[in-house]
Amino acid sequence: MTDAEIRAVALATLLSIAPEVEVDELRGDRTLRSQVDLDSMDWLNFLLGLHEKLKVEIPEADYAKLITLDDVVAYLQKKLGAG
Amino acid sequence: MIEFKLPALGSDMDEGTLLEWKVGVGDTVKKGQVVAIVDTTKAAVDIESWQEGTVHELIAEIGKKMPVGTVMALLLEAGETAPKVGAGGTAKPVPTAAPAIAAAAPVAAPAPAAAPAAPGRRMISPAARKHAEEKGVDLDSITGTGPHGAVTLEDVEKTAAAPPAAAAEKPAAKAGDQQAARAADMRKTIAAAMSRSKREIPHYYVAEDIPLAKALAWLQSANAQRPMAERLLPAALLLKAVAMALKRYPELNGYWRDGGFIPVAAINLGVAISLRQGGLIAPALLNADDKPLTLLMQELTDLVKRTRAGSLRSSEMNEATITVTNLGDQGSNSVFGVITPPQVALVGFGRVAERPWAEAGGLKVLPVVTASLSADHRVSDGHRGALFLLELNELLQRPEELEK
Repeated sequence: MTDAEIRAVALATLLSIAPEVEVDELRGDRTLRSQVDLDSMDWLNFLLGLHEKLKVEIPEADYAKLITLDDVVAYLQKKLGAG
Repeated sequence: MIEFKLPALGSDMDEGTLLEWKVGVGDTVKKGQVVAIVDTTKAAVDIESWQEGTVHELIAEIGKKMPVGTVMALLLEAGETAPKVGAGGTAKPVPTAAPAIAAAAPVAAPAPAAAPAAPGRRMISPAARKHAEEKGVDLDSITGTGPHGAVTLEDVEKTAAAPPAAAAEKPAAKAGDQQAARAADMRKTIAAAMSRSKREIPHYYVAEDIPLAKALAWLQSANAQRPMAERLLPAALLLKAVAMALKRYPELNGYWRDGGFIPVAAINLGVAISLRQGGLIAPALLNADDKPLTLLMQELTDLVKRTRAGSLRSSEMNEATITVTNLGDQGSNSVFGVITPPQVALVGFGRVAERPWAEAGGLKVLPVVTASLSADHRVSDGHRGALFLLELNELLQRPEELEK
């Protein structure tokens, strides 16, 4: 998958949890959870959605690495490449 | 004959609007069965029956507001026969299912035209017809404002002058207006309930900083062995600890009614859940003390999902015995909440964050949460409240004991 395809999956997953999000206004290099009001349950569901769509396992120990949308895309790309 | 009345789905509800009947005349109703869907200012709620019987008459009308306590339906008890009615009639069967109605405010019937036109033929002035042809305006799309609904030249001119997108924008604007009105209703409801709480309940507040190093380490270890869908959040552990601590402090779990405190044996935690469109609802996790952590987490996930989807049950709305509000990792350091009447206490958790922690003459950095208790001074005092928080602290230092 390309980065753009992964980003599209991530944004679709995000929209399923926070439908009010204006995708065009999201900055990929800024903290995702400060731009979108996601509580811990939303965040867990976001990661679970990515896991289900991309079949990528995301250990809890890696949660801290996923700060921005760019982080999420890079992390998933690495995981998909390794798989 | 059993009178099935509209229940109060929380202290902040005065009225509701029937959206749909889920039963029909002649149907047998069991305990816990959903019989209707009612819209409050906060959510569409499945109304359950707590009595068994056979539906004799459906009285409440779909789309109409009714005060709490209104008799919505009559049920025959087991063995009871329908009373004879006078000449002219039997109880009228009411349609059991309405067309799908969104959980928004009921849609008003379209306003009738000033006077209906004669069927079969529309009245259109010759000048209007000619002008419509010249401008390419579809006459069928115009609502006439002339005598007997006639389409006038002015009607055609207005339609021709309107920007093409205007017509398409109307439904969206209407939906936006409805959403704004609903949000305003919810704020009014919350304000009324919280004002009443502050007016009637003499609140006191205590707080305790609780180190969570052991609890979070235990969670991390437990989650490492679980598939993603079964991982536990710290919120589940905090809720279970509150439920267990309440067993030793029953004066915080129950209701203030008719000038006195009524303790409740069941520990039903009202969980404050924020809605994405604004506002909050605090439905209950029933019998939280009896549930293993895994089940509690599943039920919490389900409750949050259904709350945000507007699909709650009446028992979840009116059986909370205490409320817990958890600001989570995006929140502030601490929260001191307003008690939800007729409950007598509220537990608040701030953000879990690393803080300096002095212990045994040394200083270290630990994840810490500030737990607070807002409680009713008519029922308990600060000393007992402080002891409750200490118990909560101790329970969270032994997280493995909270698992079962």
